[in-house]
Amino acid sequence: MQTTIDTLQKGQKAVILSFDDAIIPLKLIEMGCMEGNFVEVIQIAPLGDPIFLSVNDTNLAIRKEMASRIFVEIQK
Amino acid sequence: MLLEKKWQAGFLWKYKSKMTKNDTLKIALVGNPNTGKTSLFNSLTGLRQQVGNYPGITVEKKQGSFHLENHQKVTVIDLPGTYSLNPSSIDESVTTEFLLNNEDKNFPQVAIVVAEAENLKRNLLLFTQVKDLGIPTILVINMADRMQLKGISINKENLEKQLDTTIILTSTRNNSGISELKNCIQNFQKLSGKPLFSNDISTYKDWLSSTYKIGFVEIEDKQKQIAVKKEQHQETVKRYQFINSVLKGNFEKDKTKATDFDSRLDKILTHKFFGYIIFLVLLMLMFQAIFSWSGPFMDFIDESFASLSETIASILPEGKINELISQGIIPGIGGIVIFVPQIAMLFLFISVLEESGYMSRVVFLMDKIMRKFGLNGKSVVPLISGNACAIPAVMATRNIEDWKERLITILVTPFSVCSARLPVYTILISLIVPEQKILGFINSQALALLGMYVFGIVLALLSSIILTKIIKAKSKSYFVIEMPSYKMPLLQNVFYTVFEKTKSFVIDAGKIILAVSVVLWFLASHGGETFDNAEKIVSSQLENQNLSEAELTAKIASFQIENSYIGTMGKAIEPVIKPLGYDWKIGIAIITSFAAREVFVGTLATIYSVENAEDEGTIKSRMQTATFTNGEKVFTTATGISLLFFYAIAMQCGATVAIVKRETNSWKWALLQLFGLGIMAYLAALVAYQVLN
Repeated sequence: MQTTIDTLQKGQKAVILSFDDAIIPLKLIEMGCMEGNFVEVIQIAPLGDPIFLSVNDTNLAIRKEMASRIFVEIQK
Repeated sequence: MLLEKKWQAGFLWKYKSKMTKNDTLKIALVGNPNTGKTSLFNSLTGLRQQVGNYPGITVEKKQGSFHLENHQKVTVIDLPGTYSLNPSSIDESVTTEFLLNNEDKNFPQVAIVVAEAENLKRNLLLFTQVKDLGIPTILVINMADRMQLKGISINKENLEKQLDTTIILTSTRNNSGISELKNCIQNFQKLSGKPLFSNDISTYKDWLSSTYKIGFVEIEDKQKQIAVKKEQHQETVKRYQFINSVLKGNFEKDKTKATDFDSRLDKILTHKFFGYIIFLVLLMLMFQAIFSWSGPFMDFIDESFASLSETIASILPEGKINELISQGIIPGIGGIVIFVPQIAMLFLFISVLEESGYMSRVVFLMDKIMRKFGLNGKSVVPLISGNACAIPAVMATRNIEDWKERLITILVTPFSVCSARLPVYTILISLIVPEQKILGFINSQALALLGMYVFGIVLALLSSIILTKIIKAKSKSYFVIEMPSYKMPLLQNVFYTVFEKTKSFVIDAGKIILAVSVVLWFLASHGGETFDNAEKIVSSQLENQNLSEAELTAKIASFQIENSYIGTMGKAIEPVIKPLGYDWKIGIAIITSFAAREVFVGTLATIYSVENAEDEGTIKSRMQTATFTNGEKVFTTATGISLLFFYAIAMQCGATVAIVKRETNSWKWALLQLFGLGIMAYLAALVAYQVLN
């Protein structure tokens, strides 16, 4: 099923499909947020934002707003 | 003849030192943040380090040296941590600029890329970029001791072949691999300097030179910016494809082992309820440590300086030099050394929080809350480290990607109770808050100090809300932060940080205080004609009052200081500060503390000790007994609180003004902050005194 990262539940895994280069900062790409990589939601902050992810073996946190710009395919 | 020999020896010595300078091998340490790069730097160089700044910007430049087994001297430069050579901030750009400029006299002959076993894949991105600059490169895989724990296995020989480099596994925790690394550096001529991706180094260098600024400098041409970003994106993808193919079969990670411990810890530390409780308890602990635990050390230092002053006064022959040293310099320096225990304690806490990986969790917990005030989760780090010093705190705002949130953080950071305020608060609180135990274990003075910290935070947050409404956003905000795995803080690193920071605090503040106290002493112990004839004037005025010898001496001394140069100056400004409840001595202390806040205590110490040279008391006891000319006590609750308000708000730090100017790249914000806070401070102090008195 296709969706964006902000809708994933804690513990859910997905594959990154696409995002807009112009919006997503290079730093995030360099940390491993690239097409074809796996992403897993590890923790969601107490107030629902930001989201703590594991991408490309790297643990990082991004805000919900940016997460909603990254399209993924949920892994069963 | 003798002279000639001396000259020759001097010449030879100079010549020799020049020789060794040329022969020094230069290496650069490059790596991602959180890879233990600085630990490795500490392990290699020990305490032979110099911390300076890169010209024009305030990024810390760390340089150190050590000797190899063959007595070869090696200079190591610890470059700022970065994820790639395409920087997204000025900090990170230092690394790129340094590695591109082979004209520089410090250009490294060897680059050591420090990677961490757990995040090897991501770390290799930077490695391939450095390698493509054609610099002979060693790959250090640090934290090798954690590999088993994290279920990681590496085929070193295969990786070395495919990455065309030498790999050294190190662990700064148990000091393994360091001598192997030194050996490898000794044989640096054997290292490969061939690029990985093309045979032509200059193509990559030219491309990098023309594109690296795009990530942190605003450019007009948006189309070009987007096009370059696409190129950088493609370059990154290309490098990761290569890295994935290299790692396949040569790097295995057992996932079930890898995340177990961390995720369990994260469940508690980022818990929606316990997460905040733990954070609060840690902060409380920090303040308790600063105030209570360092108390005995501070008393000891205070008394030592008082008795040192006394001893020196009795040893040296009487006269001007004796007075200068025992009344000017020693009380002035003592006024600053006394705060070393508190400052060391503070840096100890902050460096442990950073080293352990906990600080990133705090950023994660606080982001949503801080955004409500127009700040960023990452603002928490400057606001907390601003409790040590606003200068590194303002610099720490650099990793806030959003300009508006960053600017607001810079503007409100000076509200954090920096260590220079601590001396002022400590002494004022001890004068106006009686020491008692609340609930049996909480020290009332510590609680008052905590109150000042809370006051600082409240002021910072309120100001942010107002500033958010005034300042316009330049671009859309974004937020990315790495959540490093938890680590036991390395004692060695914590020690170096505490030592380095405390040392620079004492030396930097010491220099100003030394100068200020010498000037003050001169101004306080010299004056015009009235000053010189003090004895005659006072005696004739009080002729009929039958005063004892001691009372008369005291009257003369206070008459003298009032008519000294400093007294005259103080009297001139008294009308302005009188409504705040201050006498001219406090006025002088406030003016001198515009160089640095902590000078306040030193200044009062100097003035009082010139005034009461006979009485060998501590700074505190002298302030306690200070009176106005009409005999009323100076440090009443109203004056004390008025002073606390003034110091909580006013921007009395020349260095911070300079840093804010540099970081915001304009005098506009620096001056706005200086005057804005100054006016606020005056008004708050005025209201406090008038209401309470």
